[in-house]
Amino acid sequence: MHEMALTESIVDIVSDEARKQGFGRVRVVRLRIGAMAHVEPEALRFCFDAVSRGTAAEGATLDIVRLPGEGWCLDCGKTVPLEERFGACPECGKSHVQMTSGDELRIEELEVD
Amino acid sequence: MCTVCGCGTATVEGEKKPGAEGQAAHDHHHHDHDHAHDRHHHHHDHVHGEGGEVIDFGASLAGAHVPGLSQERIVRIERDILSKNDAYARDNRAYFAERGVLALNLVSSPGSGKTTLLVRAINDLKEKLAVAVIEGDQQTSNDAERIRATGAPAIQINTGKGCHLDAHMVGHALESLDLRKGGVLFIENVGNLVCPAAFDLGEAHKVVVLSVTEGEDKPLKYPDMFAAADLMLLNKADLLPHLSFDVGKCLANALKVNPHLQTLVVSATTGEGMAAFYAWIEARAALAASRAGVAKAT
Repeated sequence: MHEMALTESIVDIVSDEARKQGFGRVRVVRLRIGAMAHVEPEALRFCFDAVSRGTAAEGATLDIVRLPGEGWCLDCGKTVPLEERFGACPECGKSHVQMTSGDELRIEELEVD
Repeated sequence: MCTVCGCGTATVEGEKKPGAEGQAAHDHHHHDHDHAHDRHHHHHDHVHGEGGEVIDFGASLAGAHVPGLSQERIVRIERDILSKNDAYARDNRAYFAERGVLALNLVSSPGSGKTTLLVRAINDLKEKLAVAVIEGDQQTSNDAERIRATGAPAIQINTGKGCHLDAHMVGHALESLDLRKGGVLFIENVGNLVCPAAFDLGEAHKVVVLSVTEGEDKPLKYPDMFAAADLMLLNKADLLPHLSFDVGKCLANALKVNPHLQTLVVSATTGEGMAAFYAWIEARAALAASRAGVAKAT
């Protein structure tokens, strides 16, 4: 379950920022997770409560904003929505679509006291 | 378009609402956006991807006017969750480049025959290339011992409960491995088709090993790994006469997930198809060695 390792990275980054910027309690950790990212959001939430204990992130809410996938269809020559990494173009039906976004795994911002 | 870094702001503009309040929200948001950029350029090495306009997809809290919430309480971070791992991976990659070593990250489900394949490859290549191995498993050093029996240096990493190797673990293993220019380092990841896909170790290529005793649809079931790999070895080809496995269908599935994937059908037991894998390795090892020479000269 690599969500545990990802959660540890999140808590490390938040703790670093807390030290650098000198804020106290973190209320919300806002993540941007692409629809096709290598992660299961529910597993992240589950791990977060355990991993954040005793850190600046303890008790914070994990707010996960899902980002939709997009790809560049080589046949249509434009950006189209993409639901699967190897999905077909919704317009022409061919599978010549290169994913351009949807695998994001980012910490966007924190709400702090 | 943002004139500072060239990222698109189309979505920000699209969120503009009519009326005074909407205008205020836009200004608010815009300020927030500029501020964030300022932070990037001074403190972060973040680069906007092609989908830069997506970064501002959702309305920011400041823009949404949440009661009792001021700008000062929002701390913009904008860092990849994997940024720490990726920094270690960059260090490892620089280390390999400097020494002219080709690093390959071997990934597969448990039981695909990775270690058997490695043992065969080392025995066949060791006269031509310096080979070193990093073995990742949750427990035991059985695999490292199998590798050491070939005479190649091997370091075992036990991840304990961990389901993948990360770049930091590999960096530590490198401290005790003597890598030689023009040589190849095989990093045998933990047998797992899910988690290792997300963790860059600093390797030149991920090589995914699939065996014909698994399903033809594994590339579709675990697309992340097949999308991340540059080469797929379809192993245990010697068993094909006893199975109803459809090689063509399996390769088509793999190419559907990753049209750039190179594929080889091999048998680590009989050696069938292995020569092509060795040629693939030797060409890339020679390239890595020649680039190290150039780096030194300049």
